[in-house]
Amino acid sequence: MIEVVKVHKSFGEHQVLNDISTTFETGKVNMIIGQSGQGKSVLAKCIVGLHEVDQGCILYDGRNFSDLEGYERRDIRKEIGMLFQGSALFDSMSVEKNIMFPLSMLTNMTKKEMQMRADFCLERVNLSGKNKLLPAECSGGMQKRIAIARAISMKPKYLFCDEPNSGLDPKTSIVIDNLIREITYEYGITTVVITHDMNSVIEIGDNIVFIHEGKNWWHGDRKDIITTDNPEINSFVYASQFMKDIKASMQENLKSNIQNL
Amino acid sequence: MNEITIILAPIMNVLTNIGKYFMMLSIIFSRPEKWRIFRNRLMNEIELIGVKSLPISFIISLFMGGVIALQTAANMDNPLLPAYTVGYITRSSTILEFSPTILSLILAGKIGSNIASEIGTMRVTEQIDALETMGINSLTYLILPKIVAAILFFPIILIFSIGLSLVGGWISLVMSGLASTETYVLGIRSFYLDSDIVYALVKTIVFAFVIVTISSFYGYYTKGGALDVGRSSTQAVVTSSIVILICNFFLTQMILL
Repeated sequence: MIEVVKVHKSFGEHQVLNDISTTFETGKVNMIIGQSGQGKSVLAKCIVGLHEVDQGCILYDGRNFSDLEGYERRDIRKEIGMLFQGSALFDSMSVEKNIMFPLSMLTNMTKKEMQMRADFCLERVNLSGKNKLLPAECSGGMQKRIAIARAISMKPKYLFCDEPNSGLDPKTSIVIDNLIREITYEYGITTVVITHDMNSVIEIGDNIVFIHEGKNWWHGDRKDIITTDNPEINSFVYASQFMKDIKASMQENLKSNIQNL
Repeated sequence: MNEITIILAPIMNVLTNIGKYFMMLSIIFSRPEKWRIFRNRLMNEIELIGVKSLPISFIISLFMGGVIALQTAANMDNPLLPAYTVGYITRSSTILEFSPTILSLILAGKIGSNIASEIGTMRVTEQIDALETMGINSLTYLILPKIVAAILFFPIILIFSIGLSLVGGWISLVMSGLASTETYVLGIRSFYLDSDIVYALVKTIVFAFVIVTISSFYGYYTKGGALDVGRSSTQAVVTSSIVILICNFFLTQMILL
């Protein structure tokens, strides 16, 4: 479980996060959603320590990450897997070497053991046999799956995914979403997904946090988000005319059902 | 008040960058995560920074020596000066100034832009963030092998450069008929001091450190996208060239005078 307690973060005069508190539960897909520029990625970077918080703290299963020094954070960081928006694969290394990289740097595994682990991770993301390809030779969807394979290679307790579907077609997005959900449930990982893709939210979001104006504006699950009256959530979820029409027709159906009762 | 702020802003920016640069250095010199991986990266960097710089260094040195010898011979019309002075001046200026400084300035362009754009691209594509999230000290992992490779290999390039400059000088003098081989060799061997080579080596090692660390600094702290990577690359070359010239001045003061 990851707890975010009263976190504040500013860049110069601009306050990005304002007193955010929330909890990300173990074995669930926790989603941080919100419009662009509302502080979702900054919150995620604060949680993994890429940004320092100005106030407040981050607790990983009760361990206060914010109070630790750089080298003391290493133990927790070894338990974190992260999928970046642009995949962040090392372009000079083959697919296999990308997956083996954290193992070679942070464990004492033999080359054979690392090879087996890389093969297993590639098989898990349905990319068996792609070991020798370079990232540049792979499609966007494949790159995301390789990044997931690299993220799970160290058997992480916490998995962060920053906009895992950006730049992907809807069908590939669903493949990535399902993969994230399966891995979360299979290994009992605390997964945090940063997204503004409503398809993903409805598809896999177990616990949803809506960030607005740097604050924890709303939280709930995927059923709540459809039925909530919160105006900011509604303007985010039902942003397009198409979605507004769907909501109107849903409400009409609901009314007629009530009248028929 | 605003005017003062506008005037002070660039100075504060320079001071902030100097502070960040020294803080970066203090982190770079940490123990590598795995010595085996450090060794592999060091070998790669020796190839990229060192071996691949040899061809351009050879060409530059050969022509540089040739031009120094021709210029000296063409400007020596005083009959009181012995003929071997051409060789002596070619050797001295090559060892003391041209090979260490000019070559380093050229390598600052080649290697500096390469390092800044490589690390800058890793920064904007979040590869450095990925390293940090894994718990790896990205500064030590990426930059320390480059520094060690440059410090180890630049002196080798310098020695080759001095030798080839002298060969270039000899070829140009013999081909133009301005001096004989015997006279030129006599000049090269006259008033030779070992300390000149030590001075050149010290300068080269300092310049190697300056080129790699300043270029890495600009690359590592790149913000934005492709355009900013290009900007960092240019800044890296300009700043390392200026710092090389400043260091050259102070090293000459400290060692020779």
